[in-house]
Amino acid sequence: MSKKVIDASIPTIPVKARFSRWFGRNLLRIYMIFGFTYLFIPVAYTFVFSFNDSGKSNLIWKGFTLRNWQNPCGAPEVCSALSNSIKIGLLATTFATILGTMVAFAVARYSFKGRSASNLLIFLPMATPEVVLGASLLSLFLLFKINPGFWPTVIAHVMFCISFVVVTVKARIASLDPRLEQAAMDLYANELETFRRVTFPLVAPGIAGAALLAFSLSFDDFIITNFNSGTVTTFPKFVYVAAARGIPAQANVIGSSMFFLALALVIAGQLVNRKKIR
Amino acid sequence: MSLPKVRVPYLLLFPGFAFLFTFFILPIINLAQTSTQTPIKGGDTGQYQQSFAFSNYIHAFTENKEQFARSFVFATLSTLLALAIAYPLAYAIAFKSGKFKNILLVLVVAPFFTSFLLRTIAWKQILGEEGFVVPGLRSLHIIGQQTTLTSTSFAVVAGMTYNFLPFMTLPLYASLERIDPRTIEAAGDLYANGITAFRRVTVPLSMPGVVAGTLLTFIPAAGDYVNAAILGSPTSKMVGNVIESRYFKIVDYPTAAALSFTLMAAILILVTLYIRKVGTEELV
Repeated sequence: MSKKVIDASIPTIPVKARFSRWFGRNLLRIYMIFGFTYLFIPVAYTFVFSFNDSGKSNLIWKGFTLRNWQNPCGAPEVCSALSNSIKIGLLATTFATILGTMVAFAVARYSFKGRSASNLLIFLPMATPEVVLGASLLSLFLLFKINPGFWPTVIAHVMFCISFVVVTVKARIASLDPRLEQAAMDLYANELETFRRVTFPLVAPGIAGAALLAFSLSFDDFIITNFNSGTVTTFPKFVYVAAARGIPAQANVIGSSMFFLALALVIAGQLVNRKKIR
Repeated sequence: MSLPKVRVPYLLLFPGFAFLFTFFILPIINLAQTSTQTPIKGGDTGQYQQSFAFSNYIHAFTENKEQFARSFVFATLSTLLALAIAYPLAYAIAFKSGKFKNILLVLVVAPFFTSFLLRTIAWKQILGEEGFVVPGLRSLHIIGQQTTLTSTSFAVVAGMTYNFLPFMTLPLYASLERIDPRTIEAAGDLYANGITAFRRVTVPLSMPGVVAGTLLTFIPAAGDYVNAAILGSPTSKMVGNVIESRYFKIVDYPTAAALSFTLMAAILILVTLYIRKVGTEELV
């Protein structure tokens, strides 16, 4: 085919116009790449500097090493802080998920006297700044001569996680198709059986999501923990204190591992869900 | 079930609400009580007695009005910035990501799992003197040779915007995703161009997400002190920093309590006004 024929059939669009058209069509996608880059810059930085052959402070790149990954507990206190955070996180998640799920069923499924007041009580802790939550709870502990420490921190975490669990589980219950439960009842299931075999399995993914949210909120909390933990060091507290004199690269190893672990967990959960839907 | 039905919701509520009452409501009441105490004459530091000194509030406020103002200005700025950054992002995930939607949504939350303190400190090092950004900008003469990016108000606002961005993106996504694309098509059928359809259909329908997102960003931002402590300087302290240091360094519990209470009241009033205003606009 000669060039002339093409010209006659389809008028060619100048390169510049073609580019601007492509650009206009993909503007949002390009923006999305920039947005995610912005979100992940410090994550990538933390990961890269976990391989830094640094001494005590991990400020300047000094060369590549795997030593930090081979010995993540090498820096003093890092691993005890991490294990405190995990223990507190698991305990707080368990209590907050149980209490919050019960509340969620009550407000989502029943109409009762004081329902709007209940919703207010659930909303208020989320509308209160963390400094206020932390400071007021510490005042209460001091008033009753309870020393801040491990259990006060667990209590504090349960307190601020409950509302988030309620909101997450409530949304899941609200999105259920009521006909599924009606069908179970039509098939002579009693209330308890319906709940156990139909309602609960359907709400379970919401509860799992709420538990994951509660754990990540607890694990990452610094402000409320700082007020109520006394001499107990959690991972965020360790990082905050260490920041003044330089954070050991082992902290970057732990931060990065948590990131990959959580990512793997969430993606695995999604895959399981997708299989179930099929 | 053998239980009388009326009692079921109350039985479900009881454990959770008993917990919230003991560890949320009681502390707040106790905080209010602490806020009007004065030091015991001749007592140790940290010993206070109730004397209904409401003047504590006046002192606490007048001594720290600068930090109060800064908290609200910084929180407002970072909320607006986060909204501006997150809206197109949430829009793109909701409408332009096809089968990658779920993965992208996970990626929005993923940075959470690297401790937010580690990420904030990472920003400090990236934007600091030893990082690559400042020397680069200096050699390109975009910023002056003496200009720094960290230890400034700018860095504090940027840090808060970054840290609260997922809180803004998720509710925005949730409400955008719920929009039936046919409503936007219908606007096109009625001769609305892209911009008009966006302004008159998409934006109003996404308002619940905007309200939820701005609240989830503004409330923690107004009470935050970590960003100011890591990325700021003594001249960019926020009210959270004052409460923290009154508590731990000066053991001045009454002032800390009065400041906390004022902060909470101010936030609740602003939130109520905001919900009311946005609510009415939505109805029009």
